[in-house]
Amino acid sequence: MKYLRIPILLGAALLMVATASFFTSAPAATMGPVTDPIDVIKIAKGQPVTIAYWLVIAGPDASLGVDSRRGIEIAIDDHGGKVRGHPIKLIGEDSGCNAEGGTTAATKLAANKAIVAAIGSSCSSEAVPGAPILWKAGIVTVSPSNTAPKLTAANRGPDFEGYLRTAHNDLVQGKVAAEFAFKVLKVKKAATIHDGSPYAEGLANVFADNFKKLGGTVTSQEAIGPNDTDMHPVLTKIAVGKPELLYYPIFIASGGFVTRQAKEVAGLEKAKLMSADGTFSPDFYKAAGDAVIGMYHSSPDLSPEALGPKYKTFLDKHQKKYGEKPLSAFHPHAYDAASMIFAAIEKVAKTDSAGNLYIGRKALRDALFATKNFKGITGNLTCTKFGDCADPKIAVYISNTSDPAKWNPGTEPKKIYP
Amino acid sequence: MQRGRLQRISIIGLYLWAFRIVVIVVVLWGSYGTLHAGKYPAVVWKDLLVFGLSQGSIYALIALGYTMVYGILRMINFAHGDVFMAGAYTGYFAAAALFRSGYLNRNPVVSLLVVLAVAVGTTALIGLLLERVAYRPLRGKPRLVPLIAAIGASFFLEYAFRGFFGPGFYAYPETEVLKGTWTIAGIGILRTQAVVIVAAVVVMAALYAFVMRTKVGTAMRAVSEDMEVAAMMGIDVDRVIVITFVVGAAAAGAGGFLYALVFKQVNFFMGFFPGIKAFTAAVLGGIGNIPGAMVGGLFLGIFESVGPILFLDGLGIVAPYQLKDVIAFTMLVMVLIFRPSGILGERLAVKKA
Repeated sequence: MKYLRIPILLGAALLMVATASFFTSAPAATMGPVTDPIDVIKIAKGQPVTIAYWLVIAGPDASLGVDSRRGIEIAIDDHGGKVRGHPIKLIGEDSGCNAEGGTTAATKLAANKAIVAAIGSSCSSEAVPGAPILWKAGIVTVSPSNTAPKLTAANRGPDFEGYLRTAHNDLVQGKVAAEFAFKVLKVKKAATIHDGSPYAEGLANVFADNFKKLGGTVTSQEAIGPNDTDMHPVLTKIAVGKPELLYYPIFIASGGFVTRQAKEVAGLEKAKLMSADGTFSPDFYKAAGDAVIGMYHSSPDLSPEALGPKYKTFLDKHQKKYGEKPLSAFHPHAYDAASMIFAAIEKVAKTDSAGNLYIGRKALRDALFATKNFKGITGNLTCTKFGDCADPKIAVYISNTSDPAKWNPGTEPKKIYP
Repeated sequence: MQRGRLQRISIIGLYLWAFRIVVIVVVLWGSYGTLHAGKYPAVVWKDLLVFGLSQGSIYALIALGYTMVYGILRMINFAHGDVFMAGAYTGYFAAAALFRSGYLNRNPVVSLLVVLAVAVGTTALIGLLLERVAYRPLRGKPRLVPLIAAIGASFFLEYAFRGFFGPGFYAYPETEVLKGTWTIAGIGILRTQAVVIVAAVVVMAALYAFVMRTKVGTAMRAVSEDMEVAAMMGIDVDRVIVITFVVGAAAAGAGGFLYALVFKQVNFFMGFFPGIKAFTAAVLGGIGNIPGAMVGGLFLGIFESVGPILFLDGLGIVAPYQLKDVIAFTMLVMVLIFRPSGILGERLAVKKA
């Protein structure tokens, strides 16, 4: 009867799966004073409200995620460390800036029933597989730095119903970059490079479309692998089309390789180089070295005239708390994401007579999507029904030095447009 | 007779034949398309060839370590890519210190030799320790055991470096002399690439001479033929194995130094992909065979550089360079189908299979 063992085991496993799915698809949960179609989180008196981040905090793109995490931490401080009388607890996972890392981080977070809401991811490639995993567990997530258009497109599907972002949509960034290249730099021929990630591919395409619409020619749209180091061959291929400008909205490591090697490839010595918010970091100066001098970046506008006095106060706190300038461009967006979540929790959470706090997951999600005219650091945030909450302000910067210590967006790299 | 032969062709055999034919047709068709369109002038092909040669010589230097260790112990040292990383990483600290003192640009030749010595010294030491700590206690155990130990050693090195030096990256300082191009026989070539190719050739020639001409090298070859008989002939097998590890690791260290000259960035994970590529190169050339590793590395580098344009552009595939790994590994599959023991690996396969 030995050979029957496997079918029996399989049958038992199937039965267990079936029962489990029966229980999770229970229509509504009621706990204390709250009834919610998805689930209710109960936080006993004095226990913390858990917020989780999933950001890239290791590897060459760590500056992007650590920068956002600091924005969240300052938002918690500004909120007095408490929401509805319960302390706020911040936990998190590294999401690696790739799809595998995003899946892993989201799966780990989804298993933790205590998490009320999440902030992340850093890179759009992580959000594509990660956001649906979190939403399946009823966790709503607000991204401070995903910019790929498809994440908030009308056809994004029900898997993304728990996904919002405070970062701009690249439909805006790509347009500003193309206008700057065509109208201000007056280049007529451009080439683009992306690394196959949803962010880079989306932005490179938006740039190319807008550049063509303005009357320019796109000589080639190339792609590299995210782990490639030798860009000389692909740059040699691009040089054949004699572009005057190279737009490569990729990440720090590969962006550094492209920047250095573009100067070494015959035919591209004079081409203007332009990247985007993914490489807008002092770490990029380290990666690209002197080749960065004279290079352009499109990125969120962090100048005082665009963001106002609130941002100045934020920077002072940042300097005091971490002893250095922000590492990347999305700290105010992370701050706003956290503040938005706290406001939504305050709106929907209910307390019973014993002092326990109850938060309905669906109610929290709906409250976030209903955010209107929220006064954040990055502007007045209003969420669309597809989760775009940003008040997008994009600027173009030029780098005049390669010294990471001089990094101070606005002055260095210097804002030159609009 | 004829019918009998036909019946003996299995489904897998048919499939392999179909695969061979499809790949060859695609390659020829693509190459014809690209060359016929005439979009790319000769100078482009020359540049691509040089870039491929320089990338390939770095692969070759790493592949040497894989192949030497395999030749003697029949073991894949998966930590070898991380040994390469260790060389590039520690070289950085020497280079940065020399740069800060201004010596790097005042006396570049001496400085670069110092950096090279630091890189090679570190990796040689790591190679020695790896063999002692991780592999020697497991010698004679089933083959899988040291393989798992090697994967463990690989993680150990990666996360030790991450722990000591952080998860971020460092960038080598610029050496002024190596900026720009040299013109050799009317061909412009980047100085860094020229240095890489020449240095790699020197290292490989030295290594080949070492294995073929010296007493230790002869002992190495003897041990790789048959360990037990070599021991009976009075060869100190342990010593030979240690030397193999040290020499292989030193070559990887030199590779790490040259890699950093061209690409500048170093981080704790940088050894993984070059390690996989170099392993591919070693298999391509015929694992266990030293000239094979060199040939395999150069082939792989050139195919990665020239292949996407030559084979894929002509087929109308846009952005072919994101598929360069596909080309590299398809080539590996092709070589293994046509010559299962690798380009130069035949003699070994006959004896040891």
